[in-house]
Amino acid sequence: MKLNTTANIPDRDGFYQDLIDSQRDMTDEEASLMNCKLVILLANHIGDREALTEAIRLAARTARAAART
Amino acid sequence: MLKTYQYPEFGYVRSPEQAEGKQVRHPVVIIGAGPIGLATGLECARRGIPCVILDDNNTVSIGSRAVCYAKRPLEFLDRLGCAERMIAKGISWQVGKVFFREKLSYQFDLLPESDHKMPAMINLQQYYLEEFLIDEIAREPKADLRWKHKLLSIRQNDDHAVLTIETPDGVFTMEATWVVACDGANSDTRKMVGGDFVGQFFQDRFLIADVVMKADFPTERWFWFDPPFHPNQSVLLHKQSDDVWRIDFQLGWDADPVEEKKPEKVIPRIKAMLGENVPFELEWVSVYQFACRRMKDFRIGRVLFAGDSAHQVSPFGARGANTGFQDADNLGWKLKLVLDGNAPEALIDTYTEERAFAADDNLMNSTRSTDFITPKSAMSKRFRNAVLELAEHTPGIRPLVNSGRLSTPTPYVTSSLNTKDVGDWAGRMTPGTNCDDAPITLGGKPAWLLNQLGDGFVVLTFGEAPASEVKSGGVSARVVTVGKDIEDTKGLVAARYDGRPGTTYLIRPDQHVAARWRSFDGKTIAAALKKACGQ
Repeated sequence: MKLNTTANIPDRDGFYQDLIDSQRDMTDEEASLMNCKLVILLANHIGDREALTEAIRLAARTARAAART
Repeated sequence: MLKTYQYPEFGYVRSPEQAEGKQVRHPVVIIGAGPIGLATGLECARRGIPCVILDDNNTVSIGSRAVCYAKRPLEFLDRLGCAERMIAKGISWQVGKVFFREKLSYQFDLLPESDHKMPAMINLQQYYLEEFLIDEIAREPKADLRWKHKLLSIRQNDDHAVLTIETPDGVFTMEATWVVACDGANSDTRKMVGGDFVGQFFQDRFLIADVVMKADFPTERWFWFDPPFHPNQSVLLHKQSDDVWRIDFQLGWDADPVEEKKPEKVIPRIKAMLGENVPFELEWVSVYQFACRRMKDFRIGRVLFAGDSAHQVSPFGARGANTGFQDADNLGWKLKLVLDGNAPEALIDTYTEERAFAADDNLMNSTRSTDFITPKSAMSKRFRNAVLELAEHTPGIRPLVNSGRLSTPTPYVTSSLNTKDVGDWAGRMTPGTNCDDAPITLGGKPAWLLNQLGDGFVVLTFGEAPASEVKSGGVSARVVTVGKDIEDTKGLVAARYDGRPGTTYLIRPDQHVAARWRSFDGKTIAAALKKACGQ
């Protein structure tokens, strides 16, 4: 497993607030586009092809499972 | 009629076999004198196979079709003697610009690796390429190009096929040990022998417009995503020779081809794109549609398929003609060995093995480009737009922009003809890979490595060779010693082949690596040679 799934973000609440605040005045369409940009920028930052695939699989699997319930 | 080009008309000649009513067996008969058929014929003839090329028409390709030729196909065409003329006539470009909606997103310079004889790519109208191939065939006594010869039917036997041909003089039959069908995506030959053509991953239509424009427009490749003059689609502008510019407007599958082709529809679109004040003349308009698909097996009995008759991809990345030439490159030497009885027929089946592998790689690449250029869902469109918007100010994101990846050869890494590597190797020359070119000195004069490979098998060695050739059965490989037969003046042969004292490569006639070792051992090389011949 290349993907770090242990807690790794300092100032976790601050990060989360940053994320939510940045989209507070956005429409859903604007926020969606921003999320896409965020994924692309973060993926480029990570740059580890295996870790990226693991993250995609994990996110996709859990999104599907959640959408079914 | 084009303003910049006059189509030649080639004369029909009644063949002696038809005149005499004699059924002749030919080693190879090629159906279709398009770029791939002509190249296959020339390739076979150069390898010493007498071959006949049949075409139901009497001129070169009409209109605007293949444009861009990449390095590896140019290397192959150089072996056939056509590349220098193509480069002299063609257009080279290095700067590309990517536009998103109304503005420039970014521009790039290709900066191709230096010290290769062939450029990374050139643009040239298909009819010029065909003309050059036809000129070369006229000088080649073993290639017999026959115009106005239409294939009506094929009957397959165990060791040959019987072809029924119609000419202005009526119908006659001829036999072929092997038939190579190069008659395009709508191949009649394929239908005659019941070949499949499956896997429509994607289909689309393009409006192709050639315009003559003398204005001082830079020689650059311009690609638009979702431009204001053609919303939600892509547009590509490319320069060809004779001041002819090729424009590809993506139309979508639902577009009406008849309506879209009308000058009153096309001209305003081009004006919106080039600017009101740029004078141009419309040279050619057509609508082109395609699908992504391939035959399961490129051989049916005695009939082999090459080029678009075997596989069809989207135009993004110029993979059609480019990959077709590599089919011809792969097939010629195999036919020669099998026809001469120096290799089993199983060698012919490695043509499908290697070229279907390459076709799948091409299909994958063009599908990826298509998914970027034409997103299929609202979310994938958002991702695409996110990449394009980021690319403007964040250079690190630009490599993700996919406006078509230029065709590069697919190494046959899994081929059954390869001998597995032993030891550690640096660089890209793994077994199954096409050989990199490098500048050398030959007899005191500057020359190129690739021009020394390709007549037959070659053993390229960086050390003292105990022999001048290696044999397996009736096949021999000529030994070329770096430092003796050729001088590695710039040290690039050693650099590109990870050559150390003793390093030895076995190179196939199509300039692909079959095997390599860190020392010269005649027995080991002979075993690899046998394997590379399909035994």
